[in-house]
This record gives sequence, structure tokens and C-alpha cells, in this order.
Amino acid sequence: MRRAWYALLILPFAGTLIPPLYNHAVPALFGMPFFYWYQLAWIPVTAVLLGVVVLLTRKAGDV
Amino acid sequence: MSSATVILAGAVFSVTALGFVAARWGRPDLSNLEQWALGGRNFGTIVSWFLLGGDLYTAYTFIAVPALVYGVGALGFFAVPYATIAYPIALVVLARFWSVARRRGYLTTADFVRDRYGDRSLEVAIALTGVVAAMPYIALQLVGMRAVFAQFTSLGAEGSLAALTVAFVLLAGYTYTSGLRAPALIAFVKDTLIYVTVVAAVVVIPARLGGWGHVFALSEAALARRPHPTSIYLRPAQFFTYATMAFGSALSLFIYPHSITSVLAARSRGVVRRNAALLPIYSLLLGLLALLGYCAVAAGIQTRDATNVVPLLFARYFPQWFDGIAASAVVIGALVPAAIMCIGAANLFASNVFREFSSERPAVETIVAKLLTVATCACALLFVFFVPVPYAIDFQLLGGALMLQIFPAFVLGLWTRWFHPKALLAGWAGGLIASCAMAYASGFSSSYTLHLRGGSVTGLIAFYSLVLNLVVSAALTLVLGAANYAAGVDRTTAADYA
Repeated sequence: MRRAWYALLILPFAGTLIPPLYNHAVPALFGMPFFYWYQLAWIPVTAVLLGVVVLLTRKAGDV
Repeated sequence: MSSATVILAGAVFSVTALGFVAARWGRPDLSNLEQWALGGRNFGTIVSWFLLGGDLYTAYTFIAVPALVYGVGALGFFAVPYATIAYPIALVVLARFWSVARRRGYLTTADFVRDRYGDRSLEVAIALTGVVAAMPYIALQLVGMRAVFAQFTSLGAEGSLAALTVAFVLLAGYTYTSGLRAPALIAFVKDTLIYVTVVAAVVVIPARLGGWGHVFALSEAALARRPHPTSIYLRPAQFFTYATMAFGSALSLFIYPHSITSVLAARSRGVVRRNAALLPIYSLLLGLLALLGYCAVAAGIQTRDATNVVPLLFARYFPQWFDGIAASAVVIGALVPAAIMCIGAANLFASNVFREFSSERPAVETIVAKLLTVATCACALLFVFFVPVPYAIDFQLLGGALMLQIFPAFVLGLWTRWFHPKALLAGWAGGLIASCAMAYASGFSSSYTLHLRGGSVTGLIAFYSLVLNLVVSAALTLVLGAANYAAGVDRTTAADYA
């Protein structure tokens, strides 16, 4: 089932919508508290997940 | 005249010329509504990327998000999870909507609702929601422009209003002439300027302040000393608020008429899908820009009007000519979405309100849509002249809550015809009333505190209203189903969505 790949898209929701998971200072990165760089990091990660899903669920008409 | 003023004036007049030239892009027949309003539904991946980026990440966003972080600390950073999870939603919802819209020739969400449910009152309700939500949004673009005119040029308050009027009359002119092609072409200029400005800002400003570590340390100390102390971290009571703000905003982003207009202009379903994966690049930009709010705190910038935070920061750290570039980025960044919002609102009114009361004649419809675009521009301008800025922001927040109330009929309707159209109408009305009541009770805040058995929980108004909307829609569907009340005719077929 190619449509099963869409389940990957649950990850960004689980990763970003539960603030207690990331509401702290350490570990910091380039002086940025964890709260900030962790959430920023989800943007490229989500883009990659989307790219994977887009490629793997392509249909004949999707040109 | 200052160099910033010269650069800004040059930029506005250049993009105006570009806007008029856009009418010749592809030699279209612009008396056809699909050509005028949707660029002939022929934009490829790159044009769509610039157009959608230029449309969704408005100048107001770039002013308001850092201003919010400056004002409330960590809670303001909700824009980042919002701009992240909006794209998985976009991929799933918009690709499906694009397919059915292309197959059945829809221009708006309300076109789909009419076809799907065979219910005109629901169609008109959906259309008017879009128009009402778009108006304060357009007005806020003007507010952003006015802030820039006043801050960066030697025009003063009166001169800024005059400059604003000139810029907006030009906007109405090229939008009337070229339709969606005008903002699509100008979006290339807008996005390039925004990227240059933001990258320069996030490289230069934190470095001048001694690095991010220093910026966060200074901000934490400064926010704690305020009369209403805040923090660079969330309080546990804010967890639910933060999550509902991100989730509710993400759900509503792509159902605004301007988003839909840009999406339907895509050439193929593949273009829409690829853009869902490519547009998050703009979110990264937005996230870094949000942190400029802390740079402003760390730099000790004091202002009563938070919309001035970004302009003041630029004025302090950049030479005057670069302020001109930054100001142009914001002004052109406001013109692009404003044009698309006017077109989107006009489409809804022409296709779903006006057409319901007149015979279907496509040529007349295009003229109506074009005239309505000009009328929408004029209304937004009047809005800015006569409505104080805080009210414009209040209305925009409320508009977001109202917009989300079309979610059950439109988005869920893409997958299921289970809901009864009259139940959806009642749910929509319930959500609308609840949004207005909660907004009024909270003094036009975006969130509302529910008190339950000793505890209290604060969440996004739009989110609470949507829950109520869904409950009413589902309950009434069961009741009307049991009563065998006629549920309208569905003119779409399963094949239309593939």
C-alpha cells in the first residue's frame, strides 16, 4: 500500500504539538536554547518527510 | 529626499510597471475569468513557489511575528510549529481539492460546496465568510505599509497616508488590468528582496549583539523585569494555548481565499504536491525572523507600538540605503498578498454571491469580479483611514476564527458526504456566534480561558469554536438523518477526486 507512507506525516505533529517535550534550555546549540533550535529543526525535517511522501505516493497524473 | 525614500519610490514604480506588463504574459484572453483570476491555471512549480510564498508570508507576518515574540516571549514562537505543520495538511487537503476543482472547473471553495451539497445557503455562507475574513487581512497589509512609510521615509504621518493611497491606487490599477498574473510576476521581486533582507538581518544583527547566547541571556533577564513578566520559555499553563494556537492556525492557513486562489492557479496536481515540500524554506526564514524579536529586546529597543520593532531594529543596525531595500521588501511584500486577497474575495463574491442572484453569463461575471476587486481595494483603504490599528488587528484575529468555521463543510467535505448540509450550516453559525462571543469576552484576544470545575484552560478561540461546530454538525446530521430530511444532491463523483 503506497498510501501507508502518508503515516510519516504524523511525526511533525507529534514532534511539535507537545510543548513539555522541548520546553527547556539544554542542550543548547550555537547559544540557542533547546526550545528554539529544536522547533526550527522540525522545519527541514518536515520538508524532507514531505519530499519522501510526495515521491513515494506519486500517481500517473502527477507531472 | 533620503536615499531610502528614493529606493522605495523606485521599487514601487518598478513593480507597478511589472504589474501592467504582466497582462501580456502568455498573451491571454483576459475577459475569461479563469485567465484573469487564476492565470489560466497554468503556473508551474517555480512560479507557484514564488506566488504561494509571496502570498502566505505577508509583509504583516514579517512585522507581526517578531513583534509578538518581543511582546510575549516564548508564546510568540508558536508561528514556527504553525508554519511547519501547515504543510503536511496542505499536501493532503490541497492536492485533493486541486483535483476536484480542475475536473469540475471550480474557482472557489464555495463552488465546491455548492456542487457537493446542492445547498445554496451553505454556499453563500461559505463565500461570505471568506470575504469577511479577507477584508481586515488586506487592511493589515496596508497597516504594515504605512508603518514602513512613516518609519523609513521623510514623509511624516500625513505624507505616509498619501503615499499609501498612491501605492494602493496603482495596485488596484494593475490588478484590474492583469489579474493574478500581476502579483505572480511581482512575487519574484518580493521574495528575492525578502530573502536578501532577512538573511542580512539574521547574520548581522545577532553578531553585533554578541551572538545568540548573549541575545537569549539578555532577553530572559529583560523579560523577567517587565511590569508583566514573561519568559523565553513557556509556563505549563501555556502548553495547551501554544499547541492550539499552532494547530488551529495551521488548519485555517490554506482555506483562506487568497491561499485557494494561488493553489488553483497551479498547472497540475504534481505542482501542488511538490510545493508542499518546497514551501517550508520560507518557514525557516520566518523562524529566524521571529528571533529578531529577542534581538530587539536584547538591544534595548523601547516602543509602545510593537509593529515598529522590526523597522526600529533595521534603522539602528543598517545603513540608510539598506533600510530602503528593507522598506521596499515590506511594501512590495504587502502589495503581493493584498492583490491576491482582493482577487480571492472578488472571486467569491462574483461566483458565489452575485451569480446566485443573476443569470450565468461568464463575460459579465469577469467584469463583476474585476470591478469588485477595485471595490475591495477601496474598502480596505477606507478601513485603514477610519479604523484604528488595534481594531484592525482585533478584526483580523476574529477573521481567522471565522475562517476556520468553513473547515467541516469544505475540508471534511472533500472526503465524506456524511454531514447534512443544514447541519453544517447550523454548525457554521454556532461556531461563528461562539467565536464572536469569546472574542468579545476576552477583549479581542486570540485565546480564551475556559473555566471547568475549579481548573481553567486557555486555548485558541478558533479551535474551541471549531470543536463546537463539529459537535453541532454531527449531532444535527444524526437528527436530520433520523427525520429523513432531504440532504441535497451531490453532483461530484468518486472519480473527480482522484
